This record gives sequence, structure tokens and C-alpha cells, in this order.
Amino acid sequence: MPPIRDVMPAFELFQPANVGDALAILDRHGADAWVMAGGMDTFDWLKDRIRKPKVVVDLGNVTELRGIKDAAGGLEIGAMTTLTSVADDPLVKERFPMLAAAALKVASPQIRNQGTVGGNVSQDARCWYYRAGWPCYRAGGNICYADTPTSINREHAIFNADRCVAVNPSDTAPALIALDAEFVIKRGSAERVLPAREFFVGPGIDITKLTVLQPGDLLTAIRIPATWAGKAHYFEKVRDRQVWDFALVNIAASLNMSGTTISEARLVVNGVAAEPYRLDAVEAAIKGKPRDKATADLAADLAVQGAVPLRHNAYKIPLVKALVKRAIRGEAEWATS
Amino acid sequence: MSQDGMTDVPGLQPGHSRRNFIKGVIAAGATVSASAYLFRTTIMGQNDGMAGAVERLITLDVNGQQRRVDVLKNETLAMTLRYKLGLTGTKLGCDRAECGACTVTVDDVPRYACSVLTHSVRGKKVVSIEGLAKPDGTLHPVQQAVVDGQGFQCAFCMPGFVMATVGFLKTNPSPTREQLAHGISGNLCRCADYNKILDVMMVAADKSRGA
Ligand SMILES: Cc1cc2nc3c(=O)[nH]c(=O)nc-3n(C[C@H](O)[C@H](O)[C@H](O)COP(=O)(O)OP(=O)(O)OC[C@H]3O[C@@H](n4cnc5c(N)ncnc54)[C@H](O)[C@@H]3O)c2cc1C
Ligand code: SF4
Ligand code: FES
Ligand code: FES
Repeated sequence: MPPIRDVMPAFELFQPANVGDALAILDRHGADAWVMAGGMDTFDWLKDRIRKPKVVVDLGNVTELRGIKDAAGGLEIGAMTTLTSVADDPLVKERFPMLAAAALKVASPQIRNQGTVGGNVSQDARCWYYRAGWPCYRAGGNICYADTPTSINREHAIFNADRCVAVNPSDTAPALIALDAEFVIKRGSAERVLPAREFFVGPGIDITKLTVLQPGDLLTAIRIPATWAGKAHYFEKVRDRQVWDFALVNIAASLNMSGTTISEARLVVNGVAAEPYRLDAVEAAIKGKPRDKATADLAADLAVQGAVPLRHNAYKIPLVKALVKRAIRGEAEWATS
Repeated sequence: MSQDGMTDVPGLQPGHSRRNFIKGVIAAGATVSASAYLFRTTIMGQNDGMAGAVERLITLDVNGQQRRVDVLKNETLAMTLRYKLGLTGTKLGCDRAECGACTVTVDDVPRYACSVLTHSVRGKKVVSIEGLAKPDGTLHPVQQAVVDGQGFQCAFCMPGFVMATVGFLKTNPSPTREQLAHGISGNLCRCADYNKILDVMMVAADKSRGA
């Protein structure tokens, strides 16, 4: 643990009351501004003095960004909705139980009471070399400290690494991709709507970011279509301790059944690559197959094709296989909380 | 490091107890001001005139009292409570949202005071461990259960556990032991006295329903 510091470095603080004011402030301050939602990913950066934004824009008073509402049988979730609200919401639990489960497994009760779904999907990598301020690729340098013969890289990537081997740490991101969600991003007077998957970027596109968000952008809402409401869902998170810890690997799956066979599926794994890792090949291969052991075994083998373990994370390969099998067979989770 | 686990405050005279010094500042006036040598002042202008810009002198609702306080923009609630308002019952264990020692309730919801900007709780009801007892000294039922059951060892984690339990019981007044364990799982006890803590907090839930 770094030494405890008394206060964060100074910054100018804005607490706009609506989206319009927030966008104007972000536009005016550009790359000097830091968006703060619940702050649960933000405070470490500031306290450790690794990031020193001149301006912090606290969205806490922007009430129009909070809340969950029905949208033609799907849901629209404001970016500032807390993870506790997502986990407890009757409509989320009824239509998209896997999202409620994912939100409930983030961190700890106090963090969920304050952390937002917008912040959860937008959060930065947790690679400790990077978080400790080492000048690695992701920080704009030209070395990866996590991928050397002596690196400690138990939590790092097994797929699609490109110089950087950090992973996306979010629990809600894979669930939202598996539900075909869309992310609404505002900037000045413009608005764009991206499929959840396109919100995330790998190191090949931008090694310094996990998402497409640029200075001036505000994620305002997440829209979940009715498509997967009431279908078969599965979410499981494997972590060292059952509270606080990030996923070593998590999996989100939604399956549409016609009779006893799978007609359409989404399977997304996180904690294994810089982007939430969608198992396209598995989704295609299990179409028209029953939810049985043979399908699960086939899917598990396909899921880990192309995996490249580092020195300390080869365990993630059998872990991904096990989770894929359990998701396809719909096994009861062994952990209750 | 000083005795209570916090970094030493630069600029204080040797031999001058920080605790007494701070209490003195608090007693001296209705408005508690930040001294430049206690906390770094902001480098930028106070207010650049835009919508949403923030004033430093604010009123907080803490333990049912309106408190005028001069709060830095980069100040956490734990800092304000402990070092501006003298409410040192709120402990700082990690300052990283990883232990729960700093738990207070904000509008009845448990939050980590080390990871909340004080400016973001304006207009909200903040309750720390000092605000639970009635003015006549009658303890809150959760506090009484802790005293009766002696559920803690060193008790450094105790104020945080009490606040987390008080907040959780508002959302679920009759929890099972398992639900309670999940509800207050955001608090660590370094003495690992968890079974006993859960024992007394289950009694606390009973007492709270009766109260
Ligand atoms: C001890 C600890 C344990 C944790 N464990 C987990 C875990 O198990 N699983 C997990 O998924 N996460 C975990 N987290 C990470 C994370 O802090 C939380 O998941 C939380 O949801 C982040 O949301 P926030 O609103 O607090 O984020 P903030 O810190 O406010 O924001 C995070 C990032 O997103 C940006 N941002 C936020 N909202 C917007 C917006 N509307 N528009 C544009 N940009 C935005 C911010 O600029 C910032 O860069 C943990 C954090 C801590 C401190
Ligand atoms: S894994 Fe990525 S974030 Fe970590 S040290 Fe390597 S380049 Fe940096
Ligand atoms: S001091 Fe706030 S959680 Fe540890
Ligand atoms: S009783 Fe000592 S830390 Fe909990």
C-alpha cells in the first residue's frame, strides 16, 4: 500500500445540476477535466497523485442521469444510477437478472451504494504497475512491466494482448454486452449511440484507454432492448475473496431456447483481455444444439482457442473453460453471494 | 505516523498536540476554517463564475446540527469530520475504500467517508457514530447491543461496523444472519472477530425493531 497521504492534490471542482451545464464545463476544460461519477475508481488515482486533473466535474447533482425506466419492454438506465439501485431494481431483476447479479457482485455494499453503472463500465485498468504510476505502454511509455520473466501477472490477460497485457476489470460490462445494450454518449450538442461492444477498445486501437470516451464526452445512459428479457441468463464471477475483489474471470451469458435447443446465444467473459471478450465462435457453434454436456464440452474447447498465458495466469484457461460449461448447462452457482 | 494511524500534520509545533490544537480551533468559533498550513489551498481561482462552480464555505448537516465549515474542494468527508469538526469516532484505516472503518451514513445510506468528497454531501443528512445516541445519552439500540454483548476486541473497526449495521437495518430490519453478513460485508475487522460481531449485530437488529 502506498503511504497514506493527507489530502488529494488541489483541483477546481464543478458540481453542475444538469447535463447541459456538465457538457459546457467539459467542453470548456477539455483534457484538463476529469468526470467524476461515484468517484470509486477516481479517488485512488488522485490520492496516489498519479493523475492530477486541474478540474473535476462531479456529476452527483445531475439528477436527470439517475434512474431506471421502462423502454418498450427493455430498460433505459441513467449513467449515474448506483450499482445498488441496479441490483435492487424490480424491473432489472425481472427482465435481466444477470445484470442485477453482476451489479450485486461488484466490490462491497458501500462501494455499490456510491459507484455508478456508468463509472463501472468506464473504469480504467487495474494493472498495479500502471496504477502505481510506472511509465508503461498504457501510461504513454514503451515497456510493459507486467510481461517480463519476473513480473507478477496472475490477474492479467490471456487473450488479444498487444504490448499491454492488462484486462478490463468491470463486472457489469460483460452482462451489458450479452444483453445487446447500447451506450448513449453526448458531447456538446451531439449525441451518438454505440452498441455496448463498440464502447470498449483494445490496445491495438488505443493502448492508453479501455473505452472510446474522449475528453468532452459524457456517457448519459445505457439502453437495454427487450430482446433478452425473460430469456435464460447466467452470470458468475470468480474472485479470491467474496467481497471487494475484482473478478479473476467472470462470465455473462444469455440464451434463447426454442424447445430444448439453443436458437441464439451471447457469451461474454471479462478479466481475460483488455476488452470484454465475446465468444463469437462459441455463440455460432452452439446454435441449434441442446444445453447438454456435449455442447458444453465443445464450447469450452472453442472458448480458449488462441489463449496465450503469461507466467502466472495459465489457471485462467481451465477457469474460462469451466465457466463456459457451467453457463451453457445453467449450473447453480456454488457461491451464494 | 502518529499514534492514531494518520500521517503527521506538517507545520505543527513539536510538543503541541494536534488533537488539542484542532479541538481548540473548533471551540474558537462557529466557522471552522482551514489553516493554510494544515491543508494545501487550491491553486486555481475560487470560482470561475460558471454554472456549477463551487464555494468553499459551506453548511453541512452533521448529526442533526447545521455546521458552517470551510471545505477544500479536494477534501474527503473523513478529513472534514475528523480534522475540522473534531468527530474522531470516524476512523481512517486504509483511506482507499477497502476496510470500512470510516463508514458513516449519508441520507441513511452507508458510505465510506474516506471516499466521498465533502462538497458532494451538501444538503444531505450525514450521521457519524457520535450522532447515534439521543441527546440525553441514551444509546442507539445497535450501540447498546455492542456494549451488552462486547462484540469487539480492539474495536478500531467498531464505529464503522455500527454505522454499516444501522444503515443496513433501514433497508432490511429483519435480516437472517446470512443477509446481515452480506449487508455488512464492506467492513473488515483486523482482529477477525466476525462471528461475535454478527452475534451482537443480530441482537442489535432485534433491539432496533423493538425501539
Ligand atoms: C476497493 C475497490 C474494489 C472494487 N471492486 C470492483 C469489482 O469487484 N468489480 C468492478 O466491476 N469494479 C470494482 N471496483 C471499481 C469501481 O470503482 C466501481 O466498480 C464503480 O462502479 C465505479 O463507478 P464510479 O461511479 O464510482 O466511478 P468514477 O470513479 O466516478 O468513474 C470511473 C471512470 O469513468 C469515468 N466516468 C464515470 N462516469 C462517466 C460518465 N457518465 N461519462 C463519462 N465518463 C464517466 C470517470 O471519468 C472515471 O475515469 C472497485 C473499486 C474499489 C475502490
Ligand atoms: S499490462 Fe498494460 S497497464 Fe500493466 S504494465 Fe503492462 S502496459 Fe502497463
Ligand atoms: S478508511 Fe475508508 S474504507 Fe478504509
Ligand atoms: S475488533 Fe479489532 S479491528 Fe475489529
